[in-house]
Amino acid sequence: MHFLTDRKRAEGLGSARSGTMHHWIMQVSAVGLAVLIPLFVFTFGSILGAPHEEVVAYYERPFPSIVAGLTILVGLYHFRQGAQIMIEDYTRGLTRKALIVATICLSYALMATGLYALIRLAL
Amino acid sequence: MVQFTLPKNSKIRVGKTWPKPEGAKNVRKFQIYRWDPDSGENPRIDTYFLDMDRCGPMVLDALIKIKNEIDPTLTFRRSCREGICGSCAMNIDGINTLACIYGLDEIKGDVKIYPLPHMPVIKDLVPDLTHFYAQHASIMPWLETKTNRPEKEWRQSIEDRKKLDGLYECVMCASCSTACPSYWWNGDKYLGPAALLHAYRWIIDSRDEATGERLDQLEDPFKLYRCHTIMNCTKTCPKGLNPAKAIAEIKKLMVERQI
Repeated sequence: MHFLTDRKRAEGLGSARSGTMHHWIMQVSAVGLAVLIPLFVFTFGSILGAPHEEVVAYYERPFPSIVAGLTILVGLYHFRQGAQIMIEDYTRGLTRKALIVATICLSYALMATGLYALIRLAL
Repeated sequence: MVQFTLPKNSKIRVGKTWPKPEGAKNVRKFQIYRWDPDSGENPRIDTYFLDMDRCGPMVLDALIKIKNEIDPTLTFRRSCREGICGSCAMNIDGINTLACIYGLDEIKGDVKIYPLPHMPVIKDLVPDLTHFYAQHASIMPWLETKTNRPEKEWRQSIEDRKKLDGLYECVMCASCSTACPSYWWNGDKYLGPAALLHAYRWIIDSRDEATGERLDQLEDPFKLYRCHTIMNCTKTCPKGLNPAKAIAEIKKLMVERQI
């Protein structure tokens, strides 16, 4: 039981003076993905199911490998930002912090894995 | 915090069914949420029947008729009866609106009336809006100036005055905020559409000199950015206002001053 005034309870810890960059990055990455996802589907789909040598040769070309690399980076960064918002919406306290840390770790791990696989193919 | 089920003591039970009016030909059924904190019982839905030939056209007319003629214990807020005071906001037929300006002819079938969603209930259809009002107060809903007061008045052009249209009309009925899932889950920190609409009303006011401070105060992942443009606020507003657009405009100003 806390004897807080209504105003004190409403103001809480005050403004964090942040959030705008998160919002801006989400907007920019969403626009980026609107371009990248169709390109990725087009390039990845055209080589899906082909023999290994053919795939390696395809991803040695700059356009499909850059598209795939950017899609991995921008997509997972967008996922990281979006998942954080979702976690903040539905959880609280230590669970919230643990899930946000886990999401950040997962996103960067997936980025590193994707880029490593792509570099192995392209180089 | 998100909740998928009601606590045990909030689960709604079937309540009392009041007798139908004798000799009435045009009868309508009303199912109304009832909860009395003094009884210690769970909330219940009471059923009333009204002779519509002897009842006014609005939902509030029906509620007043029930209170006057059938059940004087039915509790609800009302004052102006013309959509200006915002007192009689409640959930009618699944929509948060003002009972005084919501016509009974707009409802198909039985009339179901609940208090505004996800707010603590004081009694029956009366929600506790203490936190909602405190959040409104926190956005400084008044003109803030630093320049010495002019001799006559703070002048404003016709064009600048027009920018306040669609904002100043808000009657603080809380229909929008209590229709917002983000406000349900994080209402302790998220200011909600009503407070943010009012915040924008003062941000955009050409006479106000605290624009920067106002934006500073709102720049927060929860106070402002919990709005996910769900648009329930705009859909439900009984005054036809657009709080979602006001929030989007605040976000645009936030970006504009950084990038």
